[in-house]
Amino acid sequence: MSSWADGRRPVTLAILALGGEGGGVLADWVVAAAEGAGYRAQNTSVAGVAQRTGATVYYVELFPPARGASPNGTGSVRDEPIMSIFPTPGEVDIVITSELMECGRAVQRGFATPDRTTLITSTNRVYSIDEKMALGDGRVDDDELLAAAQRASKRLIAADFAAIAESADSVISASLLGALAGSGALELTREQFEAPIRAFGRSVEPSLAAFAGGFDASGAPERNGGATPDSAGTPALSVTHQPGSGRTQESAKATGERRRNEVAATDPASLVGPELRELAERTRGMPAAARSMILHGLVRTGVYQDLPYAERYLDRVARFAEVEPDRDGAARLTVEAARHIALWMCYQDTIHVALQKTRRARMERVRTEAKAQRNQLLEVREFLHPQIDEITDTLPTALGATLRRSKAFQRLVERVTHKGLILNTTSVFGYTLLATMARCRPLRPRSLRFGREQAAIEQWIEQALAAATSDGELGREVVQCQEVLKGYGATWAHGSESFAKLMTAARKLEGAPDAAERLAALRAAALADEDGAKLDSELRSAALVS
Amino acid sequence: MAERSFAVEVEQLRRGSGETLHVEGILAVTKALLQSGVAYVGGYQGAPISHLMDVLGDAQPILEELGVYFENSASEATAAAMLAASVHYPLRGAVTFKSTVGLNVASDALANLSSGGVLGGALIILGEDYGEGSSIMQERAHAFAMKSQMWLLDPRPNVSAIVDAVETGFELSEASNTPVMLDLRLRSCHLHGSFVAKDNRRPAVSVAQALEHPKRDVGRIVLPPASFVHEQEKINERWPAAVRFIKERGLNETINDDAADVGIITQGGLYNTLNRSLELLGCSDAFGNTTVPLYVMNVTYPVVEDEIIDFCRGKRAVLLVEEGQPDYIEQNLNTILRRNGVETALHGKDLLPVAGEYTSAAVTKGVAEFLRLVLPDAIQHEPALLRDREDPASPFATRVAAEVVQPRPPGLCTGCPERPIFSGMKLAERETGEHHVSADIGCHLFAINAPFELGATTMGYGLGSAGGAALSGPGAGRRTVAFMGDGGFWHNGLTSGVGNAVFNKSDQLLVVVDNAYAAATGGQDLLSSKAETPTRSTQHPIEKAARGVGVEWSKTIDDTFDVGRVRDTFIDALTTEDKGPKVLVMQSECQLNRQRRVKPEMRQALKEGKRVTRERFGVDPETCTGDHACIRISGCPSLTITSNPDPMRTHPIATVLDSCVGCGVCGANAHAAVLCPSFYRSDVVHNPTAGDKVRARVRGWWMKRASARLEGHAARFEAA
Repeated sequence: MSSWADGRRPVTLAILALGGEGGGVLADWVVAAAEGAGYRAQNTSVAGVAQRTGATVYYVELFPPARGASPNGTGSVRDEPIMSIFPTPGEVDIVITSELMECGRAVQRGFATPDRTTLITSTNRVYSIDEKMALGDGRVDDDELLAAAQRASKRLIAADFAAIAESADSVISASLLGALAGSGALELTREQFEAPIRAFGRSVEPSLAAFAGGFDASGAPERNGGATPDSAGTPALSVTHQPGSGRTQESAKATGERRRNEVAATDPASLVGPELRELAERTRGMPAAARSMILHGLVRTGVYQDLPYAERYLDRVARFAEVEPDRDGAARLTVEAARHIALWMCYQDTIHVALQKTRRARMERVRTEAKAQRNQLLEVREFLHPQIDEITDTLPTALGATLRRSKAFQRLVERVTHKGLILNTTSVFGYTLLATMARCRPLRPRSLRFGREQAAIEQWIEQALAAATSDGELGREVVQCQEVLKGYGATWAHGSESFAKLMTAARKLEGAPDAAERLAALRAAALADEDGAKLDSELRSAALVS
Repeated sequence: MAERSFAVEVEQLRRGSGETLHVEGILAVTKALLQSGVAYVGGYQGAPISHLMDVLGDAQPILEELGVYFENSASEATAAAMLAASVHYPLRGAVTFKSTVGLNVASDALANLSSGGVLGGALIILGEDYGEGSSIMQERAHAFAMKSQMWLLDPRPNVSAIVDAVETGFELSEASNTPVMLDLRLRSCHLHGSFVAKDNRRPAVSVAQALEHPKRDVGRIVLPPASFVHEQEKINERWPAAVRFIKERGLNETINDDAADVGIITQGGLYNTLNRSLELLGCSDAFGNTTVPLYVMNVTYPVVEDEIIDFCRGKRAVLLVEEGQPDYIEQNLNTILRRNGVETALHGKDLLPVAGEYTSAAVTKGVAEFLRLVLPDAIQHEPALLRDREDPASPFATRVAAEVVQPRPPGLCTGCPERPIFSGMKLAERETGEHHVSADIGCHLFAINAPFELGATTMGYGLGSAGGAALSGPGAGRRTVAFMGDGGFWHNGLTSGVGNAVFNKSDQLLVVVDNAYAAATGGQDLLSSKAETPTRSTQHPIEKAARGVGVEWSKTIDDTFDVGRVRDTFIDALTTEDKGPKVLVMQSECQLNRQRRVKPEMRQALKEGKRVTRERFGVDPETCTGDHACIRISGCPSLTITSNPDPMRTHPIATVLDSCVGCGVCGANAHAAVLCPSFYRSDVVHNPTAGDKVRARVRGWWMKRASARLEGHAARFEAA
């Protein structure tokens, strides 16, 4: 006798979600729908602190009416089917996961398996704390998670069910229930699935809309014809739109850049404003793959300061273009130089932040994000904390230096900003203040910081070019080290320290066969923690300390 | 107000005889209590039986109708001591709490209770917090049953079986004058299933009736010589009476005893798991028709010697499925078999895991190994989980790269008022240096994880202060910081921590996190809750209590979201020259509860056309450079990362999700930690006043005008 292997067994369903995401509601709905259809249903979960945003598993067993009462009639040990409270690895028919990494967890724990499981996963990401905390890009590879989902399922239904729910102003439990209904993995009608939502009483319409969205996204063909889900005609895989995925966003960005490069090949001037057209034409002589990036840089430096500053930018980039080892290919040296020179030249000072905060496009974006109607009153408050250094750095050199030394001025700034400044940008006073500051642009070239940054930029460029003449890869790595310069205040100061250490290390690495690779590793170490411990230990172990 | 309301569900408690109820395990337990004629109920919340307390709270009108007294006990010790009412009076009483931590706290009262014995049925419903999802040390309630001689019921995880266990539990208690513990495993508490109801019963004797004729019997009080008599009674009278009752009522089950000359003995709570394993191996079906004889111990203590001997005698080998360690039952069975000269080979933890949860996979592997050893032909099917990990068909074969599946520990919710406390402390430590932190039980314990990484030990509920006692003496130097929640404070921290620190002239800084609820267990009210409730006395300030036991230096911060003030207060408390314990009460309402309270109010106001402002936070993508410093001092679920929209920048930027509740920590952190100017708060005004409309128009006009020059400058460089 092997009743289980012969299919006299409950349908098993596991839901993996994050606490607070509504996995419990989904499980309750599934149970209610199945009970409505005559199934025997059992539902368990592990509650407690795990539900405070942690990974949580809900487990449901459904014994279909068709699989009958006990085989021996009243002679059986139990009158009702005995349900398990644990999902058994390798024996789960349906796995539903509310997020892509939780899908990976379902695969890792052996709940989703290729011989059995219909895997329904939302492709959106809720980043783990480790991914979020990294100083650089700590996100895991979404593609690997999705590939794992395919490897570990008999049938995969993957779509951004979070976005579907959001567009219906509802919650993911509703769109996932729709996907389950659409998958046909349970022999229930759509009406039977919808019944518990209707009975739920609250937000019925949005929930049904999200349900419908999930149902459609499951790639279900019209199932009224009676085709069984596992019959040959059903697609084994349906992966629909996934705008939430980081990889998708990145690849959209890359596609955008390719298109711009195509335009730049014929009409670079169309990608910039009127004053930059002449400079834009100069990019025709530069590596094709780098032109979009260079044009971005021109616009950025022009808006940041003025035309001569943009020209200075182009001159700087041109020096890299001249030594580009891969002119007709990806031209990575020039691309990265175009990127990082612009980013450094447009360092975030008070004037620039004021400009960013007052741009019309920015106010529009805030309005959209806040879901405010056109005529609705919207107030935007900034959390500013100008430090004395930031103020004096922005002023003309002599004045800045004097004020920096002035005790009275220090006390004044301290008093005004000690608790931070909350500025209502949408008020007449606040907007005027920021707009005025943004128009202090002409003061910038005479400021303390401007001189300091330009000198540092020059030094960095010289070092990168020197490296690039003998080792193109190392030159590019030196350029890319600029990425550790980010943040404000203490974070920026820490980045500057890391940058100095990297430059020293780069000089020592020149001539080594794997210099570029080693510098890249050190750059990653610099972004591994906030106190520089990892970088220091790697520098020590490589004997690269100055 | 508790996190989850059962106001609708409790109506099912009124259902009468013959009706089928589809309910969660905890509701079934409550119904079973009412069907048993219980006279009084108490308990202390904690997963997995928090909801049982919530159900009872919501069922108060029904309890009152039936004349049942219910109280939210101050601690598990209080709850257990409450059962003293059943010592002299024929009152049925039940208390509930989580195990084993609750049993630890309650064991003084329980030891006294079980020494003198009971007249009325006394039931202790335990939520056994063991295995996946558990938040406590992994121990067994079984030890407490053995040490105090209380009976331990471990019913099959089936709603009907659990209901039966409650009812027979009272009878067993009365038949043997012994308190009975009912063990509900973690998943059983949240089990959804159905059972056939009976009518509710008023208590045969009510509390009021009992008190008409006060009784006492010095023979039931734990003091020599009675205490020595109690020990003899336990062994010579109560134990045999219990065994008699269990046998007569057939509480344990022998299934298909003649099917083979080997067998399996299991704890009742593991029966479903075991049957699933047997199904997977082709030795049973969904209705329990097993080809391997089973003995199901729905009562795991006491072990009924005769039944064990009857089951084992004539069998070559028996496997005992007993979860957790030590292997108390296995030792017990070995003693029984050896004393009685039964030759049956007893297997158990030689084939099954010695420690850890008995999941479906663990039991299946152990049972398969047992059957291969003694009855190989019984195995009709090899489930995939038995395959080698390296086998590509194994469910455990590597199908996903390990590094892409990261741990996701529980953490503080969006808008949690405790987050800014830890942000503030992190910032204070930048100035004062690091301190030893003695943590406690509660949501605040999540601070031990990233990103805060604060807290070195946790010694038990309300023991945060005591846990730092040895490190807080007058000569300790660098000040120790102890944390405690409002729940822990009232549970025992006021005496074991604050009073202790005052008396011993401790130099410790104690932070009491006052979020107005027992938040970690589901938002139950407590002494210092802000809420006014008709049945409980609330609004007793924590600072007043601390000062009442002699604390001189105490401050209450009524808005933890003011990170700058939190930081400055920490620095003050950590550096002050004042002697004696320093107590900081950090107050702000639990956001989960706040949202539940505020959201309907807001919806109502919107509907009524009142002016309502919706706040949320945002990050400017141009200004954010993607260093994530803001995340490293927050960890808020709504503050996350997204791909950088800037074509030149590569690192993801910070972003605020729609789930943001506008608590303000982002902004306050940006200020206090001097982070960056990227954060903004947007306030959208609904149902604007005439003044609002005028303001909107004037501002719109002005911003257009004032931005003209800036936009003009940009337009010279930007493509149209």
